[in-house]
Amino acid sequence: MNDDLRELYQDIVLDHGRHPRNFHALEHPTHVARGHNPLCGDRITVYLQVDGDKIADVSFEGRGCAISTAAASLMTEVLKGKTIAAARQLFAQFHARVTGGELSALPEALEEDVERLEPLTGVRAYPVRVKCATLPWRAFEAALNSGLAGDTIKTE
Amino acid sequence: MNWVADRPALDARALRREFPIFARHPSLVFLDSAASAQKPRQVIDGIAEFYRGDYANVHRGVYKLSARSTDLFEEARERLRAFFNAADEREIVFTRNATEAINLVAQSWGTAHLKAGDEIVISDVEHHSNILPWQQLRDRLGLKLLVAPTDETGEFDLARFEALLSAKTRLVAVTHLSNVTGAVLPVERIVELAHVRGACVLIDGSQAAPRMPVDVRALGCDFYAVTGHKLYGPTGIGVLYGRYDALEAMPPWQTGGGTILNVELAHTDYIEPPHRFEAGTPDIAGAVGLARAVEFIEGIGRDAIRAHEEALTGYGLDRLSHIPGLRLVAGGQRRLSILSFNLDGVHAHDVGTVLDQHDVAVRVGHHCAQPLMDKLGIAGTVRASFGLYNDEADIDRLSAAIEACREMFR
Ligand SMILES: Cc1ncc(COP(=O)(O)O)c(C=O)c1O
Repeated sequence: MNDDLRELYQDIVLDHGRHPRNFHALEHPTHVARGHNPLCGDRITVYLQVDGDKIADVSFEGRGCAISTAAASLMTEVLKGKTIAAARQLFAQFHARVTGGELSALPEALEEDVERLEPLTGVRAYPVRVKCATLPWRAFEAALNSGLAGDTIKTE
Repeated sequence: MNWVADRPALDARALRREFPIFARHPSLVFLDSAASAQKPRQVIDGIAEFYRGDYANVHRGVYKLSARSTDLFEEARERLRAFFNAADEREIVFTRNATEAINLVAQSWGTAHLKAGDEIVISDVEHHSNILPWQQLRDRLGLKLLVAPTDETGEFDLARFEALLSAKTRLVAVTHLSNVTGAVLPVERIVELAHVRGACVLIDGSQAAPRMPVDVRALGCDFYAVTGHKLYGPTGIGVLYGRYDALEAMPPWQTGGGTILNVELAHTDYIEPPHRFEAGTPDIAGAVGLARAVEFIEGIGRDAIRAHEEALTGYGLDRLSHIPGLRLVAGGQRRLSILSFNLDGVHAHDVGTVLDQHDVAVRVGHHCAQPLMDKLGIAGTVRASFGLYNDEADIDRLSAAIEACREMFR
């Protein structure tokens, strides 16, 4: 099997793609947003329950490819219990890693989370698939910004 | 199978050598000709030669080179007339692509002839290019847009289509061959039924023209839209065939240089079709390149191409239907060159990426047919489509790559 492909579809990615964690709606979300990739028709909804400056709970629903589903699943795992500021830092770091952008310094406390997101960075070799990995994060960001208005973000 | 022997034969392997892209990409299995076909040397060189030796603007200069360029441009029109068996070369309007050809009819014919309450009928397998121009016209003029369904086998339902027709029907706009299901629509019958009610018929020939003989006079349609880049020609050029009396009764849709007889500030007299609809400097080299493309196709023979692609379609259907968990989108009895499918538990995008890694190029997504995806209850499909250069070995590579994909996502 081709190395790039193995790098893209690592076991963790396949596993989260097949069995996404936190895959349900929240009963009492404080923030909701939808992400839509018109290119492939993928749609996901991200739910947050923010308590003060902490993300008390986070979940998602929708349908998508293995990459976007795994990205959403892993995202919910690392975001749970984080402060909003830390969550934004993680997104910036993740975005830089999958697009090959400038990496900024990160507090040591977040290093373990960055490690957990590492399996998704195989998309770097597949420019057309980067959007799949960032879609859930962009929906998360839209949710933070729009509260319960339920904004929809689109790739591109 | 010796019944094949008396069919016109086509040697795909030999023809592939006429396409330089395959020399550069020797392991490429190109199964996306429905999106755009690769270009034979005859087209690539024909365009280069035109720019090298014959190029000037058309219909403008008095000098020899401009006359030469004009001749080649108008000869290209004649080639296309003959290719579609139109009665008169004035029935061939050069456009940028099929999308522009359809928009031309919507904006010119539609605006001039339709009024509130009139009805347009399309099918449920249309490409967005044959939906949105009519949707826009509907909203602007207060028309009704009706959708004739295909049945669960993928076959166009003639009875339900007929039931939608009435004295209010002014236009039927349908594709000749679905770019998603591969179904060939019964356009001959559609034209007859529509004409009985006095409705005009536009056929979107984007997918049919590259793979079967098309005779617009035998079809009897009023308009036939074609895009050059799927017909082994260059991008940026398309054709609208329109019956001359229909074109003659249509106003210009874009105006400017090349469309006029006489301009006064108070009034302009527009010239006859087709130039009335070709405002501004046309894609001269594109038209010349498209003429080379149809010569290339005629050299092989459209009956031979159709027979070849029918055989490939049969082989592909057989191979794919033996892959566990592969669901083919139904394409009716007369299906040609386009196979759409999904793999259970694997998203089309992931299939596309894995196939690409095996150098098998397919299209994934909604194929600009979202209403059809909604009807089928799916977000998208994987689509393999064939061209005259494909052969059974390509389909074997496709199914091997699909098997590898299943293995990976098991
Ligand atoms: C059936 C059909 N109609 C119209 C089009 C539009 O062609 P173009 O984009 O060249 O105008 C396509 C191609 O995508 C098609 O498959």
